[in-house]
Parts: sequence; structure tokens; C-alpha cells
Amino acid sequence: MGKYIVRRLLTAIPTILVISFIIFAILELSPSDPTGNLPLTIPPEVRAKIREALGADDPFVVKYVKWLNQFFIAEPLNFAETVFGITLPGSEERTRVISWATRGPVIDIIAERLPQTLWVVGSSYILGVMIAVPVGVFSAYRQYSIFDQVGTFLMMVGFSVPTFFTGLMFIIIFSVNLKWFPSVYDTTLVVTDIETLKRQLLQMIMPVTVLTLYTTAQMSRYTRASTLENLQQDYIRTARSKGLTERTVVTRHAVRNSLIPVVTLIALGIPGIFAGALITEQIFRVNGIGQYLIIAIQGGDLPTVQTVTFIFAVLVVLFNIVADVLYGILDPRVSYT
Amino acid sequence: MKTKLSLVLIIVMALAAFAGASIAQSEDTVNILFWQAASHLNPYLGNGTKEFEAAALVLEPLARYDPDGVMVPWLVDEIPTVANGGVAEDLTSIIWTLSEGITWSDGSPLTAHDVVFSGEFCMNPDTGCTVLSQFANVESIEALDDLTVRINFDAPKPFAYGAFVGYFTPIIQKAQFEGCMGAAALGCNEQNFAPIGTGPFVVEDFRTNDVVTYTANPNFRVEGQPYFSRAVFKGGGDAESAARAVLETGEADYAWNLQISPQVLNAMEAAGEGTVIVAFATDVERLIINHTNPDPMLGEDMRSVWMEDGSNGHPFLQVPAVWQAMSKAIDRSVIAGQLYGAGGTPTCNVLPGPPIYASPNNDDCLTQDVDAANAMLDEAGIVDSDGDGIREYMGTPLMVSYQTSTNAVRQNTQALIKQWWSEIGIDTELRNIDAAVFFGGDIASPDTYSKFYTDIEMYTNGSNGTDPETYMGNWRTTEIVGPHNSWNGSNIPRWYNEDYDALLEQIAQTAVLEERASLAIQMNDMLVQNGVMIPLVYRGSVSAYHNSVSGVAMNAWDSELWNIADWTRSM
Repeated sequence: MGKYIVRRLLTAIPTILVISFIIFAILELSPSDPTGNLPLTIPPEVRAKIREALGADDPFVVKYVKWLNQFFIAEPLNFAETVFGITLPGSEERTRVISWATRGPVIDIIAERLPQTLWVVGSSYILGVMIAVPVGVFSAYRQYSIFDQVGTFLMMVGFSVPTFFTGLMFIIIFSVNLKWFPSVYDTTLVVTDIETLKRQLLQMIMPVTVLTLYTTAQMSRYTRASTLENLQQDYIRTARSKGLTERTVVTRHAVRNSLIPVVTLIALGIPGIFAGALITEQIFRVNGIGQYLIIAIQGGDLPTVQTVTFIFAVLVVLFNIVADVLYGILDPRVSYT
Repeated sequence: MKTKLSLVLIIVMALAAFAGASIAQSEDTVNILFWQAASHLNPYLGNGTKEFEAAALVLEPLARYDPDGVMVPWLVDEIPTVANGGVAEDLTSIIWTLSEGITWSDGSPLTAHDVVFSGEFCMNPDTGCTVLSQFANVESIEALDDLTVRINFDAPKPFAYGAFVGYFTPIIQKAQFEGCMGAAALGCNEQNFAPIGTGPFVVEDFRTNDVVTYTANPNFRVEGQPYFSRAVFKGGGDAESAARAVLETGEADYAWNLQISPQVLNAMEAAGEGTVIVAFATDVERLIINHTNPDPMLGEDMRSVWMEDGSNGHPFLQVPAVWQAMSKAIDRSVIAGQLYGAGGTPTCNVLPGPPIYASPNNDDCLTQDVDAANAMLDEAGIVDSDGDGIREYMGTPLMVSYQTSTNAVRQNTQALIKQWWSEIGIDTELRNIDAAVFFGGDIASPDTYSKFYTDIEMYTNGSNGTDPETYMGNWRTTEIVGPHNSWNGSNIPRWYNEDYDALLEQIAQTAVLEERASLAIQMNDMLVQNGVMIPLVYRGSVSAYHNSVSGVAMNAWDSELWNIADWTRSM
């Protein structure tokens, strides 16, 4: 198993490099221009000077090598310096990945935004999984019962109604009419006491509910289908004929086996948390990673788009490995040697 | 099942109790919502209004524009003019004298060297300054002493107030930005995220593209101001939810740029929490009349091409009775009221502001009069001789093609105008073209606004800033577009008038504001009274403030937050 993980991690390195090149090439080929969104009153020669100052007109290879150097050498060294409080040689000349739009280091901005994304998107993901698995199992166990029918209906609604609609509806009901929850998320809020904790929870309720609805709908469908399939297997009949209690049959035999594909799905969904929830973040002004990526794409901010999408790609690769490993742990039939 | 259900009920009830009156504003904090967030606070590197506005709380220029577009001294005692000796007789230099005793928020004095540095910062070619055009013709900036700055121009500059007037070009502190000149500006995020200024607020916390938190500047020059001790500038989201946060939930005190449907905005305002405010700069939605013949039979070299001998004129649109009747048949108040709402008002001028430049001579177009329009055409002998409902001018039926960009408001305007013109016997064929193509510069495309292969077209244009000289220069003879300049020019109507060109020469030599205004009005009247364009709607920018805030003075010429030091909480 250990050997397998090491091998997978090593083969991931060329994959990641190829991905970084492909992302860079796609962005380079796209017609975006960092000065494209500037007001029309700015004359072309001023635009040319801005592009030159940003290094946007450098040849493709120069830009790519510069980014590789900044991302894989300068940024880790810089990170080490801040963590250990030391100064490594060449600290002065190292250039970090700088965003064209904000003119600040991209990594710092990501670090600044990660907390709110994790709070909102992360907690909705956990909540979604916690609700989806029992609901899915119970729906399957009592197939075609009222619970299953209502659950299936609600899940179809949650799955098919877009988040921009549910988000807006929540704001109109709970912010405008009832005035219970704020519609503007305060990212500067620091939880220090009961009062601030209460405010944090209040402002999280709406975005988290919207996202949870969506995650739950997706996951519970998988859980239900997978449990249904397992409940019809011969080994369930065997378990029952052995005289085991229904509880043991369902939880120990059926659910454990049904969760194998679900766990893979959950693991593969985790990188999505880091990418944020583009639309929901926008509606509630959570201003996390998702909103940052959107602004960067609109503004033709190549270093930011490249860095954020690349980090996302790395996470996808990593969590694929995690999912494979988990698969092996959960399913003894799968062995890695 | 039952226990589960009751558990859910209890949770919901607990939440409701917990949430009661959770949306409350802090008394001494002013919350500003911009649905586009600020990327940094350095206006010289600004990507758009958001950066300029967010920086305006901290950084200040030498003079600002008030809501009427009049310059007011800000960090100086008086506006330099030729009369008071501040502007040189030959118009090649301007001298600004700083007020005494102004300090930066860190306590150090503001000096002429800071002003010089601010100019050099922008004019350094490696900085990538986005407001460089404000420094057009500036040859050098020098400090004569600690409080006096002279700006030298490389040519006579009758309007010498481009640099350091208005929120595009405020003064930044030399001591703070000294290491950030040129290419170094890229890495100076500490400075760009928290510039030291002379304004009413100081940056406390900056989060890129998200939120800026400010506290009152303890060293602000006006005793007791700003009245708010904190300000929060929150970005993100969209215009509609920003309007909702001010007008319906009352979570924010001020929301910017609320370009949403007038019906929706009116319904929100009716909730009674806030007030919608509008400020008008110079943007006018207008019809452009083609003064050349756009007949498709003419071919590339002749179609919509101006001939110096006037031989390729339009078959009927240059006849005064025709375009006057067309203008008279339009009900501008319906277009403005129904389609633009608070963001538009009817106008008969192509240069509607600032107030001193607005002509009072064309207001008769504001009332629609279809009967008068019909009478006008009858009198000119342009009648429907063959009974098909369309009038003919010298045998040519009055059939016009009318194009604009694809946009719901514009297509509704087109439909209304087509209806009105049909009532006066003019048949209209409508076209709409994707904005990217219509306004794009593709020479190969026949559908651009500059090729103008139709009789009428419609779009918005306006002057950049308060001074109209550049804008009025758009209709100079040398600006007429055509194949000779690859359709690169700004005289889209292809209109030619020697007297107009002479007025342009004159304004370029005139420095006195009142004289410039009277020249601008004359030019505006020539454009309108010669059927070059038919102005329709004066378009403004729309914002909203919460009713508990007083002192807001919406401004289209400078930052909307220009007088934030005067804002107070009244309830």
C-alpha cells in the first residue's frame, strides 16, 4: 500500500506539469487582455504602456518559465521564510506570483480568502454529506414509502432548481420580509465571543443552506441507488437468514458496501470546496476563492487565473489518489500491490 | 418520524428567536456597497470607477468638482486662473499654491514635493498609469517652494485643469511611494493597499476585491469631521441585490451604480427605507442622421462616403422639414420615463452639462406634436402622392433604415420611434446588431457604427470630464469618417460646416470659462439646429442612500463620495 501511494504520487508530478502547461497555453490562446476592461477613454498608447509594465506582451515561453520559477521556487521559499522566520539567501531578488489586477501576490490573496470559502462551502459540504447519507439509505430501505416519495421529490427540486434562484428566494423571504438574516456577508467578522459567533452563524445560514440543498440532492441520489442495489444482493438474504437483526443487516452489511462508490464521490468532490461556489459566493457577497477567480477571468488577470486553476488541478489529482486509496481500504476485493 | 419532525420544528423556532432583529446597523459606521469590488487603492493604477471611488475616501486632489461641475478648491485656497495670475498669459503653465497647514494622516506636512512626485509617478512610462491622459501636454512639474507647484505645458493649454483636479489624479505621499516608481509599482502591494492620504478616512484593513475598512483620520484638517468614525466599503454581488440592501433591508447606507429596470427600482424605493439619487454628466442617447447617401447600389467607394463637393448627399435627410418633423414626432418623456426611469431625462442638446455649458435654446423639442410635424411636411410640399401612406420627397419615398446595438432598452426605443414616424408618413426599417460588432473596429464588417450603412443610427456618447472642447471636436470636418481614413474618425454623421470648424479654432484659444461656455453652446446649437443629431435622452448614473444618512450630494463630475466627510447619521 505504502509503495503504491509513493508510486502514484511520483507519477502525479509529470501529470501536474503537463496540466500546468496546458492551462497556460489555453489562457495564452484566449483573446483576453488585461487592459480590455479599462474605460474606453484610455487611449491605445496608454494601454500599450500598461501591458508592457505588466509584462503581458512577453513571449509565451518567457512568461511560462517565469511563472514556473515563481510558483515552484519563489513561493515555497517565501512560505518557508515566513513559517520559520528566517531569511534565505536571494530573498531580495525573488519575485512572487503577482496579480495584474490587484498588483499584489496571488498566494496572499488566496490565503486571505480561503477561510470564508472553507467556512461556507466546506460546512455546507459536510452538512450535505451528513444529511444525504442517512436520507439516501432510509429512502432505499423503505423504497416507495411516503418518506422515499417526498424525499425523491425534494431531491429532484434541490437538484434542478439553480442556486441563483434559491439564493434570491431566501434573501427575499428571510432578509427583506422577515429580516432574520443579513443578505450581505461580512468577511471581516472575527469570532471572539458568543456575540460574534452568533453573527457568524446568522450570516452563514442562508448561503450554507442553499449549497447544502444542492449537495444533499446530488449525494442522496447516489446513496439511494447504491443501497438499493446492495439490498437485493444474495449476501443480504444470507445475513437475514442467519437471524441477524434488521439493524445489523442494514448498517453492517448493506450500508458499508453501498458507501464504497459514495465515498469515492465525496473524496472527488472535496477539491470543489476549494474552488468555492461561484454563484452562491456572488449572491451573498461571500467573496471567497470562487468570486476571486471570476473577477480574474473577467479582468484577463492571467497570473491569477493560472495559479488558482492550477492549485485546483493539483487538488483534483491528489484527491483522485485519496479516493483510490480509500477504495482499497473499504473494498477488500481491490488490492494494490 | 414524529420526534424528527418536532426536532426540526424546535430548531426552526430557536433560529427565529435567535435571529430576531439581527439586521442592525452600527450608528457610527457608514456602510457603502459597490457591486464591483476595489482591487487596490492606487488611482494611478486604477482599473475602473471602483478603485477611484474607494481611494477617494483617503486621497484627495488639489481641487474637486461639485455636483454642478464647478471646480472647488480642496487642498488649495483658490483655483488658478489667468485673471488671478495662476495661469500664464500664454496658457503654457499653471501655478497651484497649497493651503497652509495641511498634514497627511501620519502627521507629516503636505508639500509641493508630494504633488510633483504624484505627477512623476504617473508620467513614468514604466508605471503603467491608467490616467496618463489627464497629464496630456504636461511637459514638466516643478516645486517652486514648499507650497507652490508649477505645471508646464508643451503647448498653449486653455483648459489647464487636467492634472490634480478630480478623483482620477489625487496627491499621493512621496515618502510612502518613493520606492514604487516605474516598474516597482507592481510589487508595492503594501503601499497600493493602504495609501497614506490627506482625506477624512484612513485605511484600517484592505481585502483585495472584497472589503475596505476605514477609520476616521485623526489629523483631518476640518475639526470634528468626518462625522462617522468608521467606513466600510464592501464589494461584490450585483446591482439588484445592492439596491435591495439599501432600499429594502437597510443593511447598507449607500449603493452605487444601480442600473436596473425602473419598475424594479421604483418598487424597492417604495419600501421607504432609502432614496434613489441620480447625477447627470454628459451622456446622451441620440439619433445620428446620415448626411451622405447610404444606398446599397452605390458600392464600397460611394456608399455613405462624403464627397467634398457635396455631391453624395442624402436624398432627403438634409431637408430641414424632414428631420425637424422626425424630431417633433418623438415623445422623449415616454422613452425616458418608461425605459430609463430615474437614470434618464429627456433632452434636446448633445451637450447637456455641466449646467454652464447647457444650451437653453432647443427646449421646444421636449413636447411631442405629431400634428405640427405633419403640418411641417405638408407645408414643405412633402406629401403622400401615391396613397400608400408614405410621403415622397421629389419622388423618393421617405423610407429610412435605423440601426443600433442589441439591447432591450434600445429595441424598445426603436419600436416606439418607428410607431411615431409612421404617424407622420415615414416608413422605418429596424435593425439591431450585436454591440461587439456594432461598436467594434472591424474594417471588413459592414455593420459597424462608423461605416453607417443606414439612414439613422442610435447610441450614447458623451464628453470625458467637464470640459467639452475634445467632445465638440468630434464633428470637425477633418474627423469625417470614410475609406480614406479606414473609417477611423469621430464625425460619424459626415457633416461639414466651415463655421463650426472656425468655432473650434476659437475655443482652442480661449481660456476664460464663461467665453468657452458660450462657444460650446453655440456649437451645440449648430449641431442640433442643422440636423446633425437628434438628442433623445440625457443618461445619468443612479445610486441610492439609506434614509438615516444625511449629507449625501450625488456627483457625476467627481467621486460620488466626494463629500463623505459631511455625511452624518440623522436618526
